[in-house]
Amino acid sequence: MVILLHPRDNVVVAAANLAAGSIVDVAGESLCLAQAVPLGHKVARVAIGAGERVLRYGVPIGTMRAAVKPGDHVHSHNLDSDYIPPTRREGPDPTKGSQ
Amino acid sequence: MTTPGHFQGYLRPDGRKGIRNVVLVAYLVECAHHVARAIVTRTDDPSVQLIGFPGCYPNSYAFQIMQQLATHPNVGGMVLVSLGCEGFNRQGLADIVAASGRPVETLVIQQAGGTRATIDAGLAAVARVRKAAEKVDMVPMALSDLVVGTICGGSDGTSGITANPAVGVCFDRLIDAGATCIFEETGELIGCEQVMSSRAITPELGDEIEKAVAKAERYYATLGYGSFAPGNADGGLTTQEEKSLGAYSKSGHSPISGLIKPGDIPPGPGLYLMDVVPDGEVRFGFPNITDNAEIVELIASGSHIILFTTGRGSVVGSAISPVIKVCANPDTYDQLADDMDVNAGRILRGDATLDAVGGEIFDLVGKVASGEPSVSEALGHQEFILTYKQFEAVGPACLPTAARR
Repeated sequence: MVILLHPRDNVVVAAANLAAGSIVDVAGESLCLAQAVPLGHKVARVAIGAGERVLRYGVPIGTMRAAVKPGDHVHSHNLDSDYIPPTRREGPDPTKGSQ
Repeated sequence: MTTPGHFQGYLRPDGRKGIRNVVLVAYLVECAHHVARAIVTRTDDPSVQLIGFPGCYPNSYAFQIMQQLATHPNVGGMVLVSLGCEGFNRQGLADIVAASGRPVETLVIQQAGGTRATIDAGLAAVARVRKAAEKVDMVPMALSDLVVGTICGGSDGTSGITANPAVGVCFDRLIDAGATCIFEETGELIGCEQVMSSRAITPELGDEIEKAVAKAERYYATLGYGSFAPGNADGGLTTQEEKSLGAYSKSGHSPISGLIKPGDIPPGPGLYLMDVVPDGEVRFGFPNITDNAEIVELIASGSHIILFTTGRGSVVGSAISPVIKVCANPDTYDQLADDMDVNAGRILRGDATLDAVGGEIFDLVGKVASGEPSVSEALGHQEFILTYKQFEAVGPACLPTAARR
């Protein structure tokens, strides 16, 4: 129900809409989802600290703003781009200054 | 019946072969848009299609794109609709179309008696151009004659796992068959510059690729946003570089033979990266305001067919070249099955392998090239958009195979 795209990755991708409390298998180890995770979204495979890089496809896709535990949803609320902030429906993020 | 990968094409005087025989009606300023659209609507023939440029001020990029579309191998003739006072060089374009051996007529609303009279004159002009365009020779055509472009639109967390790498599989097979393939949007490849440059056929081309991505990053940073829509985040993508890595997988694993800009025709077969981010200071706004702006640029560089991957669910097609829709997300496919050609989401449900879906897309390219309409084409989607940009010509390091000739 989740996909590990590269052995080095510290996140996995949901292959279906998964409920909170779901137990999923990742490379022979089980992971319990702390929150509901929609199809295509990411889940922490291991504990990741604030300031640590997130790896998907074996390469960095950004840096954690807040620490997460295994099974936590990893998304815009705790992960930032190392390049350019994304477009938001509500306009620029007021916490990000004038970029 | 023809053998797969071999079909009949329309031979153009420049030697290129087309898979469609479209007559274009082009408005040369927004003020002529209604008249041009009325001519197309009343003609009511799917092969008579509307394109145009809305701006009153001339722009060399827009002229170059219009010129490349007018002489595209899928195009058999053209009717130009001008208001009369706009800056577009209508005579220059008409001369280029005529010199390419295609029938062309020009209507100027201010000289033709206004809206009603120009629409009537336009209907007669289209009938004449269409008749002349039908006189084209049909010749055998193979996959090696094809230029295929790819784009992703409405990406989500599934795009980079299913549809995009499946297009990559198809691209590798097309390139093995001698075709030319183009992937694009350097702004959506931010974060992939090093891995991409390592695939370039020369180190100098690799440097040019890294410079093009650095330019895209600078350009988007100036605008304050990446090429990342709110729907991308709804679908599970969090960062620009994450979206980029998924988009990048559309390119497959073949070596990168060159870096082109919109309207440049690749000099030979193989895989090319198109740099769509304008050169110079940020001047006219976002590089591509919507997916169809990128599709138009891929077609202007000769693409006969566009492979469009989508996770959230785009429904668009295009004027001139058929668009094949590859749906990444199985839930989206369930919602929008009537708009999709391929359900790559089956990979996530364990119903198909990446190679099988890649093969399905490859087979579909052959069928659509043989004349079978793609889903968006059959639904009548003929979207088109062209806006202002500025580019400098690519240097010799960008096209190593052309330099060797």
